[in-house]
Amino acid sequence: MSWFEKLMPSRIRTDTNQKGAVPEGLWDKCPGCGAILYRAELERNQDVCPKCNYHNRIGARQRLLQFLDEDSSEEIAGKLSPSDPLKFRDSKKYRDRITQAQKATNESDALIVMRGNLKGNELVAAAFEFKFMGGSMGSVVGERFVRAVNTSLERGIPLVCFSASGGARMQESLFSLMQMAKTSAALGKMSRRGLPFISVLTDPTMGGVSASLAMLGDLNIAEPNALIGFAGPRVIEQTVREKLPEGFQRSEFLLEHGAIDMIVDRRDMRDRVANLLSVLMNQPRPG
Amino acid sequence: MDMNFLEFEQPIAELQAKIEELRLVGNDNEINIQEEISRLENKCNSLTESIFSSLTPWQTSQLARHPLRPYAYDYIHRIVDDFEEMHGDRSFADDKAIVGGVGRIEGHSVMVIGHQKGRDTKEKLYRNFGMPRPEGYRKAMRLMQFAERFSLPILTFIDTPGAYPGVDAEKRGQSEAIARNLMVMSGLKTPIIATVTGEGGSGGALAIGVGDRLLMMQYSTYSVISPEGCASILWKSAEKASVAAEAMAITSPQLKKLGLVDGIVAEPVGGAHRDPDAAARNLKNSLLESLENLQHTSTDQLLSSRYERLMGYGEFES
Repeated sequence: MSWFEKLMPSRIRTDTNQKGAVPEGLWDKCPGCGAILYRAELERNQDVCPKCNYHNRIGARQRLLQFLDEDSSEEIAGKLSPSDPLKFRDSKKYRDRITQAQKATNESDALIVMRGNLKGNELVAAAFEFKFMGGSMGSVVGERFVRAVNTSLERGIPLVCFSASGGARMQESLFSLMQMAKTSAALGKMSRRGLPFISVLTDPTMGGVSASLAMLGDLNIAEPNALIGFAGPRVIEQTVREKLPEGFQRSEFLLEHGAIDMIVDRRDMRDRVANLLSVLMNQPRPG
Repeated sequence: MDMNFLEFEQPIAELQAKIEELRLVGNDNEINIQEEISRLENKCNSLTESIFSSLTPWQTSQLARHPLRPYAYDYIHRIVDDFEEMHGDRSFADDKAIVGGVGRIEGHSVMVIGHQKGRDTKEKLYRNFGMPRPEGYRKAMRLMQFAERFSLPILTFIDTPGAYPGVDAEKRGQSEAIARNLMVMSGLKTPIIATVTGEGGSGGALAIGVGDRLLMMQYSTYSVISPEGCASILWKSAEKASVAAEAMAITSPQLKKLGLVDGIVAEPVGGAHRDPDAAARNLKNSLLESLENLQHTSTDQLLSSRYERLMGYGEFES
């Protein structure tokens, strides 16, 4: 105890050990600008920082429920679950990794598909759960994506996919690689049918997912400042042995180089996508 | 240590060196050592056979990347008659890591496209180690659409560490170039036969690998990521590459068993590089067989079987 603290009468003395008494998760520090934000307020703002517009990563289910009209959604192919055809094991068994990811996310795999309405118009929407093994694409993700396409084809409705993925799932090896061909082929069918597919690329969309379904949108839309690319920045740095330019592989960089059509703020996503789809489907402007 | 032999091949290298030595002695002297030489040659053959009959996936992976392994041109020149190479993507450049052109195989007109690696340092750099940039994939796509226009079956030879991970490649849309090829190939109205001849490295390999038949040379590999890459991510150490190779199922027999590959093209004892002519002959026969099978299929049937095949990829519980 310092001489100053000794001077203070005990009744106005506060035990410094009680600093941690603030309930956890009530406040968040914005990774973008460092502002301390009230968690509930951040949530109301769809996890976008009200001060600097930093787009925090959000879960797939939350994303879809925010995007679709209230109480309009119905999940597709939710019952599929991953198997382990190679009995893969690194430092951990793949089986255990799956169980762990399922417990942590309450999802059975890294892609969630729903049929629902967007401002009254029917569509299929899919979203990657990045917290499920880095949103990696294995057999279940590929199959669910194809079922999403099939539902679109059956009902003649558009498809929107929000991607957030590190790429192919290594634990399923070549099965995962082949999901790139599988999902792209399904999109080819959709394209020949003239049904719109809008790909929304969110932070991060890399590797095998970026090099297949995510880059094949009739419209490619990105959220602000999302990391999007084929090879990861670290791999590129090791290959070219130089520091990467500021903003490399970010949404703004991709827009500048012609890879995406537009950057859309999450809070405007419903309005903008609804409007775009209504133009493409030759429907009146949604209210 | 002979650099033309991999570590596990060193016993073979030593025997062959001994045989060479004896031959030199034999030339100088009157003594007949022919018997000894043929005894050693037999021993060498059976040694090679026994080493190659039980290769580990990691050893296969080294063979697939052997510095003497035949590359696309080596096969094209042995298999395709009247080959005319085509160049460029018509919008940016001519990528040297992917080569292609038209020619004939036993009288059938075909389009051939393959990754091309370089043999010496200078050529390796020129070919960018067989790692294409977006213009390479766009060149391949142009050639494939050209083939469709003239009803030429497409043969592709896959041998790449992967698509090039560089700043310029990202700027020009590496992801989009690969994705576009996957989509376009799934709907091309002409037969496509893809063969992994060496190293089938991930999306950069698949980008010329979607089709009606997938063949693998016996000692080639095909994987979602290189064993080194997988090891450094999952085991946090590139040194575990051999373990990763084991876990990932990257060899032709493993992938055939999993139903991901249609056929395996036998390689001569000791690998394709020990007898490129024999390897090319086997490859040619397999290609001709696949061509014959596909030729009698109508375009609609071809496309619907290709689509079914692609949709069938994956293992999951429902």
